[in-house]
Amino acid sequence: MNELTEFRQQVRQWLEQNCPVSMRGAAALDEIYRGGSRETFSSDEAKLWFERMLDKGWTAPGWPKQYGGAGLSDPQVKVLKQEMKRLGCRAPLEAGQGLAMLGPALLEFGTEQQKLEHLPRIARGEVRWCQGYSEPGAGSDLANVQCRAKDMGDHFLINGTKIWTSNADVADWIFCLVRTDPDAGKQEGISFLLVDMAQPGVSVKPIELISGDSDFCQVFLDDVRAEKHNLIGEINQGWTVGKRLLQHERTLMSEIGDLSMGAASDLPECARLYIGLENGKLAESQLRMRVAQSEMNSQVLQLAQRKAFEEAKSGRVNPAATSFFKYYATEQQSVRYELMLALMGERALGWEHKRMDVSSFEDQELSVTRNWAFSKALTIAGGSSEIQLNVIAKRVLGLPDRTEGANKS
Amino acid sequence: MDFNDTPSEAKFRAQVRAWLKQHATPKINGVAAKRKLPEAQQLQAAKHWQKKIYDAGWACITWPKAYGGRGGTQMELVIWREEVADYDELDGFFTIGHGMCGPALMAYATEEQKRHLLPRLASGEDVWCQLFSEPGAGSDVAALKTRADPCGNGWKVNGQKVWTSGAHFADYGIVLCRTDPTVPKHQGITFFFIDMKQEGVTAQPIKQADGGAHFNEVFFNDAEIPDIQRLGEVGGGWKGALTVLMSERMAVGSLQATGFPELLSLVQRLPLEDGFAIDNAAVADKLADWYVKHAGLKHTNSRILSAISRGAPPGPEASIGKLVAAPMNQDINSYAVQLLGMNGMVTDPELAEKQAHFQKEMLFAPGIRLAGGTDEVMRNIIAEQVLGMPQDKRDDKDVPFNEVPVGV
Amino acid sequence: MTMVLTEAQNLLKDTARDFIQSKAPVAALRQLREYYKDLPEGSCNAAAIELGYSQELWEQMSELGWAGIVIPEAYGGLEFGYQGLGVVLEECGRTLAASPLFATVALGAGCIQEIGSDEQKQTLLPKVAEGRTTLALALEEHPRHTPTRIATCAEATDDGYTLKGFKTFVLDGHCADQLVVVARTSGGIEESEGISLFLVDANAPGVRRSRTAMLDSRNVARIVFDNVRLKSEALIGMEGQGYPALETVLDRARILLAAEMLGGVQECFERTIEYLKEREQFGTKIGSFQALQHRAAKMLTEVELSQAAVMAALSALDENSSNARLLASLVKARLNDTFELITNEAVQMHGGMGVTDELDIGLFLKRARVTMQILGDSSYHRDRYASLSGY
Repeated sequence: MNELTEFRQQVRQWLEQNCPVSMRGAAALDEIYRGGSRETFSSDEAKLWFERMLDKGWTAPGWPKQYGGAGLSDPQVKVLKQEMKRLGCRAPLEAGQGLAMLGPALLEFGTEQQKLEHLPRIARGEVRWCQGYSEPGAGSDLANVQCRAKDMGDHFLINGTKIWTSNADVADWIFCLVRTDPDAGKQEGISFLLVDMAQPGVSVKPIELISGDSDFCQVFLDDVRAEKHNLIGEINQGWTVGKRLLQHERTLMSEIGDLSMGAASDLPECARLYIGLENGKLAESQLRMRVAQSEMNSQVLQLAQRKAFEEAKSGRVNPAATSFFKYYATEQQSVRYELMLALMGERALGWEHKRMDVSSFEDQELSVTRNWAFSKALTIAGGSSEIQLNVIAKRVLGLPDRTEGANKS
Repeated sequence: MDFNDTPSEAKFRAQVRAWLKQHATPKINGVAAKRKLPEAQQLQAAKHWQKKIYDAGWACITWPKAYGGRGGTQMELVIWREEVADYDELDGFFTIGHGMCGPALMAYATEEQKRHLLPRLASGEDVWCQLFSEPGAGSDVAALKTRADPCGNGWKVNGQKVWTSGAHFADYGIVLCRTDPTVPKHQGITFFFIDMKQEGVTAQPIKQADGGAHFNEVFFNDAEIPDIQRLGEVGGGWKGALTVLMSERMAVGSLQATGFPELLSLVQRLPLEDGFAIDNAAVADKLADWYVKHAGLKHTNSRILSAISRGAPPGPEASIGKLVAAPMNQDINSYAVQLLGMNGMVTDPELAEKQAHFQKEMLFAPGIRLAGGTDEVMRNIIAEQVLGMPQDKRDDKDVPFNEVPVGV
Repeated sequence: MTMVLTEAQNLLKDTARDFIQSKAPVAALRQLREYYKDLPEGSCNAAAIELGYSQELWEQMSELGWAGIVIPEAYGGLEFGYQGLGVVLEECGRTLAASPLFATVALGAGCIQEIGSDEQKQTLLPKVAEGRTTLALALEEHPRHTPTRIATCAEATDDGYTLKGFKTFVLDGHCADQLVVVARTSGGIEESEGISLFLVDANAPGVRRSRTAMLDSRNVARIVFDNVRLKSEALIGMEGQGYPALETVLDRARILLAAEMLGGVQECFERTIEYLKEREQFGTKIGSFQALQHRAAKMLTEVELSQAAVMAALSALDENSSNARLLASLVKARLNDTFELITNEAVQMHGGMGVTDELDIGLFLKRARVTMQILGDSSYHRDRYASLSGY
C-alpha cells in the first residue's frame, strides 16, 4: 500500500512537471493523436507530451518493457489513470484498435516473435490498425465469414471484402477474420490474420453517405498476401482470438464512457456546491429536475454500453452501437456542460488570461469553462451528430437514399 | 407596426363586444361546451349562429357587401375573431368554406355564380368542403389521380378523395382533377366546384383514433360537372389551388387554438399534491414558456395581418403560425391530461365531464399537425420560400405524369 | 448484471411472441373494447367483454406457466425470474394483449411473496401459479400516483379489523378474486409509518366494485370498502409496517410495466420504419427524406437506450440488487418519455392514416398515455431519482 502511495506521489509530481498546460482538459476530436504513418501532431506540445510519455513507457503502461510498455502492475496503471484524470491530462496516444484491442489479444495469443514485431510499433504510434470483421451481407452475425484465405505453403492468399471498417483509409495494417476451411462448421474454419495494407491488391473505398462524408470504409482484398508468421493462434481457431479481442472492446467502450462524463462527471456534486441543499433537496427545483434528467440519461447510456459489450462478448455485434454511442454521448456531454454553466452562474464565466488576474476563479472553475467550449467541438468533429444520424438511418434502419427511393422503371 | 387599436378599430371593437355580449353564449370555466354536442346538433347550432351574425351584418367581414359580406378590413376580421373566441360559439363548420372556397369562387366564378352562391355561403345556408387529398397524394397533393374527362358540355369525374372535412354534410365542394396525364404533374390539373348532393358522389366518414369522424373518403363514380363550374383555365388548376391552399394555411394559422387559455383556466382550479397546480414551480415554468409562444403567435398574426391590410398578399410567413401552434396545442393538451393523472384517462362521461375536453383535444391534436400541410411541408416552405435555402431535388417534377412509375 | 438473454430466456421470448401474436393480436383488444359501445346482440363473446379479457386466453397463458414464472418452486411456480416475466410482458405489450397477468402476478402475488405468512403463501401462491386465482392491488386513492397518501383505514376490532375507504384505478380490480388492500392502521395521511396490507375477498360483504371505462380500454375499477369485516389473519406482514414491502413490490411492478411498455415502443417504432420504406410522395419513398431519417435515427437511439434500461432493471431484480430501487425510477421515467415520443412520432409520420381508428397506431397512442400514469409519471420518478441520489 505504501509503495503504491509513493508511486502515486511520483506520478503526480512527474505529471505536474511534464504535462504541458495545453495538454490538460478535454481534447477536441481533431486534437487527439491516433498514431500511424499518416498521422501528424496537432501542435508541438502534443508531440512533446507524446514523446515524454513514450519515454516513460506510459503510452502502453501495462505492457512489459520489452514490448514498448512500462511493465506497470494493474493497480499502478489504475493510479496513473487516476492521476492523469485528476490533472485533466489528455491521452498521449488514442486507445484505438491497436492499443486497446489487438495489443491485449497479441499479449495473450501471440508468439514471442509476433509480440516483438508488432507491440512496440503500436506503443510508439508507428502503426495504426483497423479491424476487418464485418462483411457485406453478413449483418451482425460475425461468424458468417466469407473472405477466403488459401494456404500457399509459405503464405496465405486472401480474397474477399470487409465492410464498415472504421478508419481503414488511414490505417497501415488490418487484422482480419478469414475463412481457411470452408468445409468446417461456421465458427470452426476461421483464422485470425494480420495483413499489411501497403501492398498491391488492397483497396479501400470510403462508404459515401448522403452527406458525402464517412467514417466507414469498404476494404477489398484481391489476391492479397499474408505471411504465415502473421497467423495469430492456431489455424482454424481464429474465432477464439476474434471473440476475445471483442472483449477488449470493453476498454474502448469505457473510453467512450469517459468521453461522456469528462469533467462534468459529478454534476450532483457541482449542484450541491453551487446551489445548495434545502431539506436534502437541491434548492432550485427546476435545476434539480434538469440535474436528475441528465444523470438518468448518463446512467442509461452506461447501461447501453454495458449491454453492447456483453453482446459483443457473446459474438453478436449491435450494428447501431458505435454510431448511437458517439451521437448520444457527445450530445449528452454538451447538455451536461450547459447545465454546469447554469449551476455555476458567473463562476463559470472566467477565462484564462496571460496578463489579467483570474485568481478570483478556482482552477476547477476555469477548467469547466474551457471544457464547456471544447464540448461544442465534440458533436461536430469525428463525424458530426448529423453524420451519425445518417449512418443509423442508412446502415441500421435500412432507410432508402434519394436515388434508391426514387421510382425507376 | 402598432399592436394597439387605432381609434376606428377601437370603436369597431366596442361595437363587436356590445353585440356579442347581448347575443353570444359565454364559455364556462374557459371550456366551450357546444363542441361536445353530437355532430348533427353542432351543425344545427353553427348554422343558427351563422345566420344570426349574417343578419346582423357580421358575417364574412372582408367580403364585399354584394356577396353577403361586410365590406370591412382584415383588421376588423381579426378583431371580430379575437372577441368571438371568448364565447362558446361554433364557426369551424365554415372555416373551409369562408377561408378557401369563397376566395376561390371570387377569383374564378362567373358573376352570376358569385351573386347566387356567396351569400348562401356567408349566411351558413350552404356548407362547402375541399376535395384535394387522395390516398396516394397526401403531402404531395399534385400527385392526385382523380380523372375529369371531357363529356358533352362538361366533364365526367372518376376517382377517390380522402381527408375531406365535413364532406358528409357539405352542399358543395371545390375539387382538383387530372385532365391531362401526358404533361408533368403540376400542369395537367384543373380546378372545379361540384354539387356534393348529386349522383355519383359518395361520402364515407373515417373513424378517428379519438372516436370522432370528422374526415371522409369521397368517391366519384361518373359524377358530371358542367363546364361552367370550372374554376380557371383547363390545366391551370394547380396555380389556382396554390392560391387557395395559401389562404387555408392562413385560415388555419390565424384561427388555430394553442390550448393555452384552457390550460391556464385548468391549472387555476386543479389541486395537486401540494396546493393548486398554478402554484407549483414546474407548472409555472411550463406556463411561462407557453405564454411566451402564445403571445408571440398572436403578435406574429397581427403583423401578418397588418401587412395584408396594407395591401401585401399573404406571404409564406403564414406557415409559421400553424407550425408553432399545432405542435404546441398537442403538447399543451398532452400536458393537461398528465396533470389530471388517471382522471385524464377516464372515458366515463359522468366521471370525466370536465376533463374529457383535454382528452379529446389531445387525441385530435395530431390531426391538426397533418391537415392543411404537415409540419414537415411547412418547414420546407419556410426553408425554401422564407429563408431562401436551395430547393430540394424533386424526382418527378418534369416527367409527364403518366410516365412517373408507380411504386411497388 | 446480465445484459444478454440466456438460451432459455430467448426460447421463452420466442414462444411468448408466437403465442401472443396468434392468440391475442391487436384485433382481440378491438373486440374487447366494444364494452364501451352499444353492443349489437351476440356480436362477440359477452363474457369476455364483461371480464375485460378472454378467460380462455388466460387459462392458456397459465398452462404455459406464465402465471408462475416468478413464484418459487416451493409454491408451485417455475422460479424462472423477472427477466423471464419481463420478456413475456414485453410481448404482451406488442399487441396490447389484455390479461390479468400483471395485476395478479406483479402486484397482488408480489405482496404475498414479499411479506405474506407461510400459510398465506401456501394457500394462495399455488393457485395463482395455476391461474386459478386472480389478484389485484387496491392502492391508489388520488388521480396521481401517491403511494403514501392513504386515507382508507382498518380499525382494530376484537377478532380483526373493520375496513373503510375508497380506492380508485385498481388494475383488473373489477374481476379479481382477491384484493390486496393498502390501508392505514395508524399515522397521519402522508406518513409511510402505519400503513398495513390486507388480503380481502373481493366478494366479501361491504365490498362494492365498479369498472371504469378507460381511454385505452385497460381494465380498472373503483372499489368502495363499506365497513368490511376482516379476520386478523387477513393482515399481510406486520401491522403498520407494510410500506417498505409495498415499495419493493411497486418497484418490481414499475420495472415490469416498463417491460410491457417497451413492447409497445418497439412495435410502434418498427411499424413506422416499415411505413417510411413503403410510402411514396413526391415520386420517392418518404424514408429517403433526410428530415425524417434523422428523426427515425433519434427514435432508434431512444429505443436502444430503453431496451438496455429495461434489461438492466430486470436483471437487478433477479440479482436482488440494492440498485433496483434507483433503476425502477430510472426505467419507468425513461419508458414514459420514450413511449410518448415514439407514439407521437408514429402518428405524425403515418400522416393522415395515423389519426384513423382503422390503424392500430392510435391504440398505442392511447395505451402510452395510460401506462405513463400508472405507478408514477416522469416527474414523480425524476423527483424520486433525485431524492434517492441524495440531492
